[in-house]
Amino acid sequence: MVALERPPVSDPLLRVSRLITHQRGPFDLSIDAGECVSLRGPSGSGKSLLLRAIADLDPHQGEVWLDGVACAQIPAPQWRRQVALLPVESQWWLDEVSAHLSGKDCPWLIPLGFGEAALGWQVSRLSSGEKQRLALARALMNRPRVLLLDEPSASLDEVSAAALEAVVSDYRHDTGAAVLWVSHSAAQAARVATRHYQLTPQGVQEGEP
Amino acid sequence: MITLSVFDLSLAALLVLILAALSWHMRLGLERSLLIATLRMVVQLSLIGLVLKTIFATSGLLWVSLMAVVMLLAAGREVMARQQRRLKGWWGYGLGTGAMFISSFAVTVLALFTMIGNQPWYEPQYAIPLLGMMLGNTMSGIALALDRLTQTAWQQRAIIEQRLMLGQTRTEAIDEIRREAMRSGMMHIINAMAAAGIVSLPGMMTGQILAGAPPMEAVKYQILIMFLIAAGTGFGVTAALWLASRRLFDERHRLRLEVLSAPRA
Repeated sequence: MVALERPPVSDPLLRVSRLITHQRGPFDLSIDAGECVSLRGPSGSGKSLLLRAIADLDPHQGEVWLDGVACAQIPAPQWRRQVALLPVESQWWLDEVSAHLSGKDCPWLIPLGFGEAALGWQVSRLSSGEKQRLALARALMNRPRVLLLDEPSASLDEVSAAALEAVVSDYRHDTGAAVLWVSHSAAQAARVATRHYQLTPQGVQEGEP
Repeated sequence: MITLSVFDLSLAALLVLILAALSWHMRLGLERSLLIATLRMVVQLSLIGLVLKTIFATSGLLWVSLMAVVMLLAAGREVMARQQRRLKGWWGYGLGTGAMFISSFAVTVLALFTMIGNQPWYEPQYAIPLLGMMLGNTMSGIALALDRLTQTAWQQRAIIEQRLMLGQTRTEAIDEIRREAMRSGMMHIINAMAAAGIVSLPGMMTGQILAGAPPMEAVKYQILIMFLIAAGTGFGVTAALWLASRRLFDERHRLRLEVLSAPRA
């Protein structure tokens, strides 16, 4: 008898298992390498809290695995460089944009609609939309393997939002990063993601965009 | 040294009474708190005079230590009371007290053993005023620095968390806030040293000169005290800030501001 060879089962790049944070959950979800998954739910349902817990910013129960390695096994700063959270409102603490972008050149400025001059801009004069796009560029400088995007185009016009979606998509294809995209718009979720999660009081459920 | 009689003091007290009467006449509303504070000052200082008299008479290590511990605990309470947002639980009290213990006590004992070097080293006439000056100054420094640290961390919590999100360690994320707090804790003694002798004659030196000490001897003591206070404040503030900023995070480098109590109304 010939043993049937099982197809190799690859682990998802990001796996969240029985995650409980701030009395919400348990949440289970998984995202493959190179995949973009949307996450939607009414405001106040805990989408941001879930992202914070995945980035290990809040105490939580349950475990998160990156490529089969548990979060608890990696020093927290190293985890957050690989599992990057882009919050709704980004914070800037130094005077110039460039001071926040560690490293020499940032390849995402032009695709995001900025010239090289943007590096010398004063943070205090940035619009909320500029901050949102520059925050993505800043987060990508760490070359994260997972992107947790919390309404990344909330304050962007259509042109800028399209540019941002394209940059995320290119980054995902180039590096095989996994993306979890929180969006309020069903149209955007359908456009950027191939699978769709809904956050309910019972946990995370897969479904329509 | 010229001793003061009760009559001398009463004459000076009359000035305060006149001021209180003026306040009442002008409806400033200060007379009540002025008189209470005056009364407290007289009672407290008289009591401490009696205590010191007793301790000087016995000169025992036990009594000196007891006095030192009481002073330390009182200073610790004062540090805690000056915090808008203090660490909850025992940390709120223990942190400032512990930092003052390792700085003020260590520096005072070092000075008594090596620089002043009298027999016995704990002779209360030297030990208690010296410790008092050390505690008084490190207390303000530590209180200011801790207050600045916790207040700024609270106000800038979004920035601290953003820095953590980008992969900075807890030390990197609070580094600038800690340096700012260190500066505000040290500013007092740095200013005092810079202004000493020009703008102000330091209290201890004035006292020694009034008591009949040669001015240069008084100056040397004052310089010694300034060195000790600067070092003690610096070490105390450093220790307090290091411990407190550690306490604001957990072992997974998460900002845990729930360790701070809500500000008092």
